[in-house]
Amino acid sequence: MSATDLPMIKGAPLPQQSPVQKFFGSTFISVVIYLLVIGVICWGSYTGAQNMGYSWQWYRVPQYLYSFTDDGFQPGELLIGLGATIRLSLTAFVLATALGLLVALLRLSGLIVGSAVAVCFLEFIRNIPLLVLLYLFYYVLGPIFKFDRYTASILTLAVFHSALISEILRAGINAVAQGQWEAAKSIGMTTGQTYRYIILPQSVRFMLPPMTGEVVHLIKSSAIVSVIAVAELTTFGRNIISDTYMSFEIWFTVAIVYMVVTLILSIGVSYLERRYAVAQ
Amino acid sequence: MTTSDPMIRVTNLDKFYGSFHALKDVNLEVQQGEKMVICGPSGSGKSTLIRCFNGLEWHNSGTLIIDGIEVHQNSKQIRDLRQEVGMVFQQFNLFPHLTVLENLTIGPMKVRKISQSEAEKTARKYLERVHIPEQAEKYPAQLSGGQQQRVAIARSLCMETRIMLFDEPTSALDPEMINEVLDVMVGLADTGMTMVVVTHEMGFARKVADTMVFMEEGQIVEISPPEQFFTNPSSERCRMFLDQILEH
Ligand SMILES: Nc1ncnc2c1ncn2[C@@H]1O[C@H](COP(=O)(O)OP(=O)(O)OP(=O)(O)O)[C@@H](O)[C@H]1O
Ligand SMILES: [Mg+2]
Repeated sequence: MSATDLPMIKGAPLPQQSPVQKFFGSTFISVVIYLLVIGVICWGSYTGAQNMGYSWQWYRVPQYLYSFTDDGFQPGELLIGLGATIRLSLTAFVLATALGLLVALLRLSGLIVGSAVAVCFLEFIRNIPLLVLLYLFYYVLGPIFKFDRYTASILTLAVFHSALISEILRAGINAVAQGQWEAAKSIGMTTGQTYRYIILPQSVRFMLPPMTGEVVHLIKSSAIVSVIAVAELTTFGRNIISDTYMSFEIWFTVAIVYMVVTLILSIGVSYLERRYAVAQ
Repeated sequence: MTTSDPMIRVTNLDKFYGSFHALKDVNLEVQQGEKMVICGPSGSGKSTLIRCFNGLEWHNSGTLIIDGIEVHQNSKQIRDLRQEVGMVFQQFNLFPHLTVLENLTIGPMKVRKISQSEAEKTARKYLERVHIPEQAEKYPAQLSGGQQQRVAIARSLCMETRIMLFDEPTSALDPEMINEVLDVMVGLADTGMTMVVVTHEMGFARKVADTMVFMEEGQIVEISPPEQFFTNPSSERCRMFLDQILEH
């Protein structure tokens, strides 16, 4: 299938990047900056750790990622933790998108009550720290509504990110030309049908880049649920450290695992975006 | 035909945008099968008026009667009204994420609940009518402006409406494409469709109009048959306007 076979793609061109953005966005410059920063961090931590008398034991790290036994490949604790993180994040993301869509539609409904409810929700979520929200769900709502720590984590992440996602969806919906609404109404469509068949399919290309950013953001902020000991990557990292005292190695490894996942995601989506690129 | 109810009747229509008085006490009747052409300077309220006919704008006072039934500001009734009154826009407003065929079938399928095969049959019939049966599988962006506007006309025809409104259907088109769209509209006029057309294409108006309307500052200044309208308009403003646009 070529790009012109994909239907979601046409319409007004997306805004151009400025030359400065282009310069820093170019692959070569990014890689150079990236290597420099990594180099400085590695050198700094290495010499710092030397001075503290820390003894590095990198050779013990791979077993926590994977191992090969007679049964073949075995994921280690960190990879199992990563699986849990991804499952947690995906579930939360799906919920957050559904809730975000609801909030966005409420705000766009033109109903005074609807938009008041939506705005209150947004302000409430935006103005409390994620950690406090998590405590609210786990220590307050959890006991009241009888849900466990895993559910509390998913709900926290979903609610927190739904506020951000609703703004992305609203912007994407507003980016579709007004004439589309008029044309859809003129053939007798209801508001619901217009959203479903006309507006939302066209909003996708406006939403794709910020939504990817939001998924990355969600995966990263999911680490916070380790404070209530939900089994996921960061929690597993902490557990390994308390057994082995290899805090430097494990935290570096955990950081790299997060990074690899979010980078793969970003690269995947920018590839998609290019395929869905605007045919002008 | 004059014995039956008019297709459109508006009486004492007033429309405000905030404090701006966009339509001032407009009274108008369009008979079944009548072709009415509305012209007038920019900002005179032509679009506002015909957008009232299918409920895209809502009037502040006065009555709107379509095919004998008074229209109230009730979303279900307005949706039903839109199945009687189709509209073609200056900017085409085709659905860019759907193929030409899908643009034509989505209304009949989702609104009229007609089966896909039935809807496609109708769509192909009307694509034939607007002379582009071979473009059915393309996306709107792959068509020329003239072709897009003809698709838009076909989309409206697919809803089998009894009245068609046109808001400056050719003014976003390159000159060489204007005639292909006007030809389709003349063909449509020959089928007996009731049409209200906002346009400054006076050649088209002379050919098809039964009634000419001249608007200025939200009011109908002149309403007369084309013979009189073009040769001996009663108002000085209308004469000047015609001189201006007929000059070139
Ligand atoms: N949504 C709106 N809000 C406020 N004012 C509006 C709105 N739509 C139209 N108007 C005003 O109402 C007046 C009539 O507009 P309308 O679009 O009906 O004019 P028109 O005769 O179609 O002009 P044109 O030839 O430029 O299309 C204009 O002065 C316009 O500025
Ligand atoms: Mg207009």
